[in-house]
Amino acid sequence: MMKSLSENRESLWRLIVSPSVWALHFLASYVTAAIWCAKFAPASGSIAPVRWLIAAYTVAALLAIGWNGWNGYRRHRLGAAELPHDADTPEDRHRFLGFATALLAGLSAIAVIFAAMAVVYFQDCR
Amino acid sequence: MRPPHSRPPRKAYYGDAHPFRGLGQLAAGRRPTPLMYPARAFLFLVWFALAGCSGIQSSLAPAGDGAHRIAGLFWWMTGGALLVWALMIWLTYSAFRGRASRQSPRLARLYIIGGGALFPTVVLAVLLIHGFRMMPPLLASAPEGSLRIAVSGEQWWWRVRYHPPSGPPVELANEIRLPVGEPVEFELGSPDVIHSFWIPSLGGKMDMIPGRRTRLTLRATRTGTFRGQCAEYCGTSHALMAFPVVVMEAADFARWLEGQRQPAANPAEPLLAEGRDLFLMNGCAACHAIRGTPARGRIGPDLTHVGSRLSLGAGILPNDPEAFVRWIAETSRVKPGVLMPHFGMLPAAELDAVAAYLESLQ
Repeated sequence: MMKSLSENRESLWRLIVSPSVWALHFLASYVTAAIWCAKFAPASGSIAPVRWLIAAYTVAALLAIGWNGWNGYRRHRLGAAELPHDADTPEDRHRFLGFATALLAGLSAIAVIFAAMAVVYFQDCR
Repeated sequence: MRPPHSRPPRKAYYGDAHPFRGLGQLAAGRRPTPLMYPARAFLFLVWFALAGCSGIQSSLAPAGDGAHRIAGLFWWMTGGALLVWALMIWLTYSAFRGRASRQSPRLARLYIIGGGALFPTVVLAVLLIHGFRMMPPLLASAPEGSLRIAVSGEQWWWRVRYHPPSGPPVELANEIRLPVGEPVEFELGSPDVIHSFWIPSLGGKMDMIPGRRTRLTLRATRTGTFRGQCAEYCGTSHALMAFPVVVMEAADFARWLEGQRQPAANPAEPLLAEGRDLFLMNGCAACHAIRGTPARGRIGPDLTHVGSRLSLGAGILPNDPEAFVRWIAETSRVKPGVLMPHFGMLPAAELDAVAAYLESLQ
């Protein structure tokens, strides 16, 4: 039985899920810290609540990226084909998109961790 | 007849007109050939780069805690960048030199995953963590009871108000003096546009933003005279918005501040008294204050002890009578766009009197 392949439907969208999660994580962290420091804390005020919120965003973002990356990895492992997935077949296009999804998930995970590291070292609004 | 071993007369070439001509000849010790132009360009670049390593306005000749940290970071990053660069050049070279058969797929994968993904990630993580760790100490406040100096960046000069731990504040302008070894807290602001307060020898820069108060703590580690400069484009004369910085022994600083706190002395000579009267009569007092006289303007810099400053016009002219005349008579030529109107219509004798009076305000 032929497996149904998603090469020309959702897997193209899945490619950009991880970078989008990274962008949302960055935006959410930035906006949270900016609003807290502008409205709720003095210039030298503590950002403790912001740190916990950003920790939560980070866990959520890494879970989403991990799920997306694992998904891509499974598509990359379809059948017994080896890299590079460059044959002109639906299967190889499917594998290629999966592999690219997995690599982008790795990049996005590192970016999310780098962004979150700021609040490990910064304690106040300065 | 020419003596033996002497060189034939040199032909003219286009580099003769260049201000840095001769650099390449100096290095090579012979007539210039077309090949020497790159050598000269290189020497010029080296000279240009090294010129930034010293002087009164260099981050690389640090005289403050913040500047020491920043210079350290610069040198580590420069060294690291050179190492990575050399590694890349070597890899490129060996890739072209090596035989294709010896470049196994395994090795290629190692290069791609190790050199393309792991290595940059580790290098960036180290730099990022190091940078993050540096920032809180650079932004830390000075301890309670330290000297506070409120500096306001105004197009295109600096209003400087000293708040010593004891005693009333003293408002001065266009020069900053600090006691050596003591943390000083700067409160920075602006009434017009965004400026940036930067004394490269002492520390990092900090923006001065209308409607906000930003803070910067500096601790000078040695005495000396340095230079600060506005570091955010703020209009026509942005580049002419500078100030001298003098780091003094604590006792000298206290004595100096006490002197600056005093009102201006009464003019002792007729010329100086005439200068003071002209200053008041021509409307200068609408914008400038000279404590101890009826001049109480708040729009422009306080001039109570203007003669004692190291520069005029916010770090752009020497402080002498000729420079005063030039500033008063050709204000907008010296500092294009300046708000102060020029007083070039005054007779030369009157300009001289005003200049002599201002110079006498020690």
